[in-house]
Amino acid sequence: MPGAAVAAGRWPGWIRRLSTAQRPSFGRIALNGAAGLSLGFILLPLVFVIWLAFFRQEIPSFPPEGYSLKWFAAVPGQKAFVDGFILSLQVGVLATLIGLALGVPASLALVRHRIPLGPLVNTLLLLPLVMPGIVLGTALYVFQIETEIATGWPVLGSAGGLIAAHTLVVVPWVVRLVTASLAGFDRTIEEAAQNLGAGPWKTFWRVTLPSIRPGIVAAGLFGFVTSFGNLEMSLFLVGPGRTTLPIAILQYLEWKIDPTVAAASVIQIVLIGTAMIITDRYVKLSRVV
Amino acid sequence: MARLSLTHLQKVYGDFNAVDDVTIDISDGEFLVLLGPSGCGKTTTLRMVAGFVPPSAGKITIGERDVTVLPPWKRNCGLVFQSYALFPHLTVAENVAFSLEMRKVPHAERAPRVAEALRLVQLSGFDERYPRQLSGGQQQRVALARALAMQPDVLLLDEPLSNLDAKLRQEVRVEIRDLQRKLGLTTIMVTHDQEEALTMADRLVVMEKGKVRQIGNQRELYERPADRFVAGFIGRSAFLDGEATAPGRFRSRGGLDIDVGAAAGTGAATLALRPERISVAAEAGTCVNRFEARVEHVSYLGALLDIDVRLSEHDRMLLQLPNRQGSIEPKPGDTITIGWAEDAGLVYPREP
Repeated sequence: MPGAAVAAGRWPGWIRRLSTAQRPSFGRIALNGAAGLSLGFILLPLVFVIWLAFFRQEIPSFPPEGYSLKWFAAVPGQKAFVDGFILSLQVGVLATLIGLALGVPASLALVRHRIPLGPLVNTLLLLPLVMPGIVLGTALYVFQIETEIATGWPVLGSAGGLIAAHTLVVVPWVVRLVTASLAGFDRTIEEAAQNLGAGPWKTFWRVTLPSIRPGIVAAGLFGFVTSFGNLEMSLFLVGPGRTTLPIAILQYLEWKIDPTVAAASVIQIVLIGTAMIITDRYVKLSRVV
Repeated sequence: MARLSLTHLQKVYGDFNAVDDVTIDISDGEFLVLLGPSGCGKTTTLRMVAGFVPPSAGKITIGERDVTVLPPWKRNCGLVFQSYALFPHLTVAENVAFSLEMRKVPHAERAPRVAEALRLVQLSGFDERYPRQLSGGQQQRVALARALAMQPDVLLLDEPLSNLDAKLRQEVRVEIRDLQRKLGLTTIMVTHDQEEALTMADRLVVMEKGKVRQIGNQRELYERPADRFVAGFIGRSAFLDGEATAPGRFRSRGGLDIDVGAAAGTGAATLALRPERISVAAEAGTCVNRFEARVEHVSYLGALLDIDVRLSEHDRMLLQLPNRQGSIEPKPGDTITIGWAEDAGLVYPREP
């Protein structure tokens, strides 16, 4: 009986560890290894960008000649970066707010009511998430030109046109995360509110909304980050003198490759990371995403 | 507090009659229990009173108010949900104050009313806790306090004890009943638990398949069940299928002729007997109906013995003997004499 032999210790240790009782842990090690590898693969560019931001020399080369903080000091001096940051922030905040105003009612309708072609509407609302940015950008570019021709309104290159486009990439996040939190929502507490004298509107504000707040906060955060970092689509839609931060960085890179860009990226990473950590203190993001 | 009337209430889903012509009058301060198997329409009836289910036909009045088409938030019925349905993001005090807030009761008045409601359910000092920090029993009390704080015209309880463990259920039963009496609250409770219904109710309504089978107090339901369903649902009954051959006469499938009390009509019928009304051996000697029976099965239940006997090839029944000292203890295979008085048997026309 092999089991007896294993137990008796006549086998080498590593085979004994592979015997029935131990076998799952081998799988576990393999799984953890694979997960660790993937995580490393994802984090590697991040690590290099952060490392690069502290290099002293202008042309990145390895090994670094020394370390310095001067590139961080250089970032505020780049007007394009500062202006881009402000524009990205404005567009991101507005697109997120509009996206929430559209996406939350849409999610409620999708989850709560049997609307005609519901699954199709759901798919359509999620589509911008999977559509390549270039395709989306081209399509919107053509659409905005056609709109301009048809109506005479200056759409292309306007702040409004850019915000509308960014709203499009925010909405899928809102719909996904809010429908997910609505799916696990116990509707009897809404009935309880009505029983206690709350009309539909009061019920929504005092009971429904607070209950799905984690989903809404997460949706707002991810929607904002998506908008803030959007490059491909925005490239088609920005007007002269109206440059978002990712585009400003791209334009800078056409002429220079000094670590100022890396420093600007580090600042971005820190800001977004901080926003996530702060948000996570109030709503556990891991529970909604 | 007010009287509550349901008049010819009906709820139809497609071609399914969930609630079928229900008429009940509940007097001021009465504790009425809707009892029945799951799917009998009792919860739908309660939800119609609360306003969550629009009736297909019929009328609901609370006091002098016709509330049939009023939305839930204008009905002033305090409902205690089976799952309690506490607001998870609000504290106990905020939960209890919710109805006061909705009615714009001045802030100064709210605190004393919340405190009073929490005192009634013995939860003073729990104001600042969140529902998740409370045990099931405490959550149940908060739900009750929340319903009481609104000073409802009618209190509705939807299986309020079903999520509590058995020991707690006993306590809460008494507490709810005391509170209801003290406040004189007109109350409807829905339950499928017969014992709960019998211990708490002033009056009971037995429902089945959307219809009211019988309305009455405990004694009426047990001793004068209106039909075969009630006879089987409230307490236990032994049933013999057969035929009412003449007024006062019943013949079982196995051909036993049995004298019964008043029996209307003739034709296919069922005889129902309460197991404890059946006498055995010497005690059976004076009974009008007396038969030899063969013991098939004996279950020892502590205070009682459940005995399955066969009277003929086609007639079997259940009887119960108190487990008294020195009383006989039949064994499977024994032949015993059993008997019952003519008024012990109730005859119901066989249901199609």
